[in-house]
Amino acid sequence: MSKTIYLDNAATTKLNPKVLEEMIPYLSDMYGNASSIYHIGRESRKALDLARDKVAKALNAISNEIFFTSGGTEADNWAIKGVAFANEKKGKHIITTNIEHHAVLHTCQYLEKYGFEVTYLPVKENGIIDIKDLNNALRNDTILVSVMFANNEIGTIQPIKEIGKITRERGIYFHTDAVQAVGNIPIDVEDLKIDLLSLSGHKFNGPKGVGVLYIKRGINILPMIHGGGQERNKRAGTENVAGIVGIGKAIELATKDIEKKNKKLTDLRDMTIKGLIERIPDTILNGDPEKRLPGNVNVCFKYIEGESILLMLDMKGVCASSGSACTSGSLDPSHVLLAIGLPHEIAHGSLRLTFSIENTKKDVEYLLETIPPIVERLRQMSPLISKQ
Amino acid sequence: MEKKNKQKVMLGMSGGVDSSVAAYLLQQEGYEVIGVTMQIWTDTSNDDGCCSLSAVEDARRVANKLGIAYYVFNMKEDFQKYVIEYFVKEYESGRTPNPCIACNRYVKFGSLLDKAKSMNIDYVATGHYAIIEKVEGRYLLKKAIDDTKDQSYVLYNLNQEQLSKTLFPLGKYKKSEIREIAKELGFGVASKPDSQEICFVDDNDYNNFIKTHSNNTSSIGEIVDIQGNVLGHHNGITKFTIGQRRGLGIALGKPMFVVDIDIENNRVILGENDDLFVKEIYAYDLNWISIDKLDKPLRIKAKIRYKAQEQDATVEPLEEGRVKIIFDEKQRAATPGQSVVFYKDNTVVGGGIIEK
Repeated sequence: MSKTIYLDNAATTKLNPKVLEEMIPYLSDMYGNASSIYHIGRESRKALDLARDKVAKALNAISNEIFFTSGGTEADNWAIKGVAFANEKKGKHIITTNIEHHAVLHTCQYLEKYGFEVTYLPVKENGIIDIKDLNNALRNDTILVSVMFANNEIGTIQPIKEIGKITRERGIYFHTDAVQAVGNIPIDVEDLKIDLLSLSGHKFNGPKGVGVLYIKRGINILPMIHGGGQERNKRAGTENVAGIVGIGKAIELATKDIEKKNKKLTDLRDMTIKGLIERIPDTILNGDPEKRLPGNVNVCFKYIEGESILLMLDMKGVCASSGSACTSGSLDPSHVLLAIGLPHEIAHGSLRLTFSIENTKKDVEYLLETIPPIVERLRQMSPLISKQ
Repeated sequence: MEKKNKQKVMLGMSGGVDSSVAAYLLQQEGYEVIGVTMQIWTDTSNDDGCCSLSAVEDARRVANKLGIAYYVFNMKEDFQKYVIEYFVKEYESGRTPNPCIACNRYVKFGSLLDKAKSMNIDYVATGHYAIIEKVEGRYLLKKAIDDTKDQSYVLYNLNQEQLSKTLFPLGKYKKSEIREIAKELGFGVASKPDSQEICFVDDNDYNNFIKTHSNNTSSIGEIVDIQGNVLGHHNGITKFTIGQRRGLGIALGKPMFVVDIDIENNRVILGENDDLFVKEIYAYDLNWISIDKLDKPLRIKAKIRYKAQEQDATVEPLEEGRVKIIFDEKQRAATPGQSVVFYKDNTVVGGGIIEK
């Protein structure tokens, strides 16, 4: 294969060489346990503190509100279960949406087995919730609202500030899964009135296996992983020092010059969307055309399956995805596309392309040359097209 | 190596010995192999079926070892429609289906082949033991060299178009040789036992499977003898197949067998072993391979079950594409719903489904 064009940055991203460089000492000579009193241990402790400061700064939080986890999924699990079990005497009602990542959805479904009631807010056709639905769903026994910042499949951005205002006024905890948002949208947890926020290092050119849960001071939450006293007794386990150093550096780099970066990504995104819709009939853009992540393209080509497009693109060196990458082996129609009202057979034909700043206009041109003949060929073979 | 000119083949991989070695053999023959596992069935706790998650993991390991592309296709809808629904409906109708034949016809050499074509892939291959040969412009399906493993019976439904796009790399090998190759290559699957039972039914408990998948709840009916005397009762005809002796639920003092299932009257008819033997059977839904169509009686050898011996017989054309099969000697337990496949020497002439 002559070249690889990587267009699946919502699945994961390339480790920034500058991040790697900062991590390497902690994978070699600086192997001390951050809890040890001797100097190499203290070096690790120092590195953790520094990384914590960087994450705090990026979110406008304070350092002791930052807790390192094994990734976004753990952060989501902890936020939801930890708040639910700590506050169940106050109430057992949780509100979320039906387009959350499975880390949130399946955690909420798990809590339902333990007597919690969960309201799954629907989204409008553009993939965004209606604030009225949230207001209507709030109850006296609601203890937590969990709404993702930006969707991993269709990239739509939720009205986080409005949600934060409502929940803060009512004294209800507000968690947001910001795994896709960090590095793409400036986030100020004070201004947005967010109580808990999950993020994951590998989504913004940091390493895999490390994430963060931001927990606002004073939030009543139980630990989920018990053991030693790490992370101020809230998350046990010897710290992943190199990973934490990596996420600290990565978030520092990712939250610099967001606007400049976004300008480039938005151009690539809109050029791709426009080109695909112009060149391929019966192409639908999923999600909102504007309130979406700058690097996210998600389209459906009617009458064909996303799976076949992906394979043919793979053979042409293009790494893309259909729906999210978190399914165990193969592709079911995405719950997100079904939630925005697409019929089952169309939801099967989705293609997600997510750009990074390393992508170029040339990549987009290659895409716009490569995709139309693939779609045309698949449509010729499609059993669905004859039914229309 | 001239990669550009390599022909592409999509190989169905189950993670087992056969399809794993098939991948290697195709590679040796110079094809670009694209390994595929069809995800067909998830509604089961059983994790070792032929298309389970562990099968995917085994197949992926083999693909990585050989350096071939590997994908998982979601074929659940097609499998549900063409295999599961058919399987349940046949039992509900008092027949005994062969789901592997339906899967081969509609899913492996139907939907999967269509996918391959749409992706510009030249062939579909599987680890079946059978041989395809082109003779005078016609694609012939022949028995595998290893007659203990021959699977031509379950492939008789392939048409000329399907055969022209299909490769069976194992047909000319003995199973022992295939196991040997797997061992030499260090495939972890070398000692995995052969799959035997219906892949989507846990513990081979198809009664339970039908109970959970059928809308027609089984109803109590009579068990009678050939004269119509009531011998007892059953709670659902789907539990019975022609020739069955065990699990009848009544004690009769002599060996009795299911000789017929009367769907209209919801009755199971028992007889003695002799009553199971018939000289003539009829078949429908025919597919012909070595001949274009049957226009006059033909001497063949007929096989009425996957594990049955072939028997000398004459097959005669009837109207509406049906045929009559007259055996030289009476045959035991020809079962409606099963397939009868006709052979001339090692070549499949054609086959169809046994009617009453």
